[in-house]
Amino acid sequence: MYKTPDGKEIFVLDGHTHFWDGSPENQSNVHGKQFIDCFYAYHTNLSPEDQLWEKSKFEKYSEEDIYRDLFVDGPDDMAIIQTTVLRDFYKTGFGCLKRANDMAARHPERFIVNGSFDPRDGEKALEYIHWMKETYDISGVKMYTAEWNGDSKGWALNDPAAYKCFELCEKLGIKNIHVHKGPTIIPLSKDAFSVDDVDYAATDFQNLNWIVEHCGLPRLDDFCWIATQETNVYAGLAVAMPFIHSRPRYFGEIMAELLWWVGEDKILFGSDYAIWTPQWLVEKFWAYQIPEDISAERGGVQLTDAVKEKILGLNAAKLYGIDVEAKKKQLAGAPVQIAAE
Amino acid sequence: MLVAQVMAECELEVWDCLSAVSDPELDEPITDMEFVQAVEISDDLAVRVDFRLPTYWCSPNFAFLMAFGIRAQVMSLPWVKDMTVTLMDHCLGDEVNEGVNSGRPFHEIFAEQCGGAVLKEVVQTFMAKAYDRRQEAVMLGLRAMGRSDAEIVGMTLGTLRHLNVAGAEAQRQMPRYLEILGVQGLARGDSDPAFPTWDGGRIAAADLPAHLGRLRATRINMEFNGALCRGLGKTRYKEVEIGPDGPTLVDFIAGRVPPRDMPKPGPH
Repeated sequence: MYKTPDGKEIFVLDGHTHFWDGSPENQSNVHGKQFIDCFYAYHTNLSPEDQLWEKSKFEKYSEEDIYRDLFVDGPDDMAIIQTTVLRDFYKTGFGCLKRANDMAARHPERFIVNGSFDPRDGEKALEYIHWMKETYDISGVKMYTAEWNGDSKGWALNDPAAYKCFELCEKLGIKNIHVHKGPTIIPLSKDAFSVDDVDYAATDFQNLNWIVEHCGLPRLDDFCWIATQETNVYAGLAVAMPFIHSRPRYFGEIMAELLWWVGEDKILFGSDYAIWTPQWLVEKFWAYQIPEDISAERGGVQLTDAVKEKILGLNAAKLYGIDVEAKKKQLAGAPVQIAAE
Repeated sequence: MLVAQVMAECELEVWDCLSAVSDPELDEPITDMEFVQAVEISDDLAVRVDFRLPTYWCSPNFAFLMAFGIRAQVMSLPWVKDMTVTLMDHCLGDEVNEGVNSGRPFHEIFAEQCGGAVLKEVVQTFMAKAYDRRQEAVMLGLRAMGRSDAEIVGMTLGTLRHLNVAGAEAQRQMPRYLEILGVQGLARGDSDPAFPTWDGGRIAAADLPAHLGRLRATRINMEFNGALCRGLGKTRYKEVEIGPDGPTLVDFIAGRVPPRDMPKPGPH
């Protein structure tokens, strides 16, 4: 719960968080080391100075850390854990569905844990989707199309094998497909950040929600165009958020484009924890206004309190079928507990 | 002594010519981005250039373009007998280094290593983005000077050349805009329109706001990369240090933390 300076209580559903193990013990090879190093560079590069972590904590943080950072020190009411496996880089996975679920089981009212799969596994991927649904009753998945798999350096959402998986997701009611479309680099396509495949998949699977994480940056214009055409495409703000601190004007330009093209009902807050913690992001976001000249270029769009409330939690709650009033009551009955340490 | 001086001048020449190589996605010189790590010249005038990108994962097609750009620029210096380009700490470093130093045609290696991408098309894609970004900066500079939309779209190259545009970014981009106009043959003579579209078309005054909206979108994308790349490059290989008096959190952006492998000054 975020309490505004004038005392209003805002429901926060953090749409993009991780519970990873990037520690040297879990790294399979140099790629695993380079992956967590790259995340750490994002953290050190875009965080306020007083929010920096030391490397060893960043590599692997505890169940107590995530609970405290999100819900005790942080304003989140609920958080979605996105599972990014990277099994070619990490022995037990960078993210791990079981590990995340074991952690979340301590506070099931606060976590939604999303699964993931790799369509290149063919029949096995389909079996795995069944297993995830039966074992953990997942309602969403995180797709990382740049993941390596043997000789393959990536895949596309509109690959035939991927379509088979999405057909099954639709059948099983796994409705929310989060897609990483952001500052990743591999595969070696001619435009490595292409968001074109979202267009095909969203058209062909109208009953699924396509949440494009990192709002397609650095292909924001292509993403906006697609999101305007497709009613089931959403923008996730992870990685865009921290610019609110380091380059606030630039953050305003991104928000103005998204509000103008995609609209206030289809933008989702995400801290990308543990790259960044939600406390400072939400505080700064609530205090933020798009500069007048930037807003004027986009029809006067602005981050009003009502718009911010949608972005911080109400939009994601709709996608995940969460009754916000009932949830608030439930959480009020189970206030955050500060673990004895 | 004389040899040392000549060598120093040669090295400067190499650094100079490297500033003509841009990161294709950011449209910024690789020397400004601090990608070049080392330049070495041997007694028999063979040049070695080491460069490193902000992350291990930076797109290999850009890495190839920069590696070959470096090779072409350095080899164009008349005294250079041979050269080696080394891309350091990159997930496809071996492939890039083998390709650029093999002497085989660039377009062949590029197609082979970058999923069949056609070199010319990729280069043109990035040139178009660079063009849009430079044009936006100059147009915004003119608007800041109070020029009307009609004046801007009607301006000739001759008039633009003699203007002192307003604002640091417009001033920085002005010579780069004029250069790309010439290189692409989009405007050559003084009477040619100064602001054609990338396809060579004209812009109507009424369409300028929409046109600028499109250019802005291109810039937002490029700035995202630029902001990340600059920061990531600076923080790569650096860690936060927690001292005995609790967390002393260090300003990475100011570069006050030594790279991990460097000896720390004094007792710690």
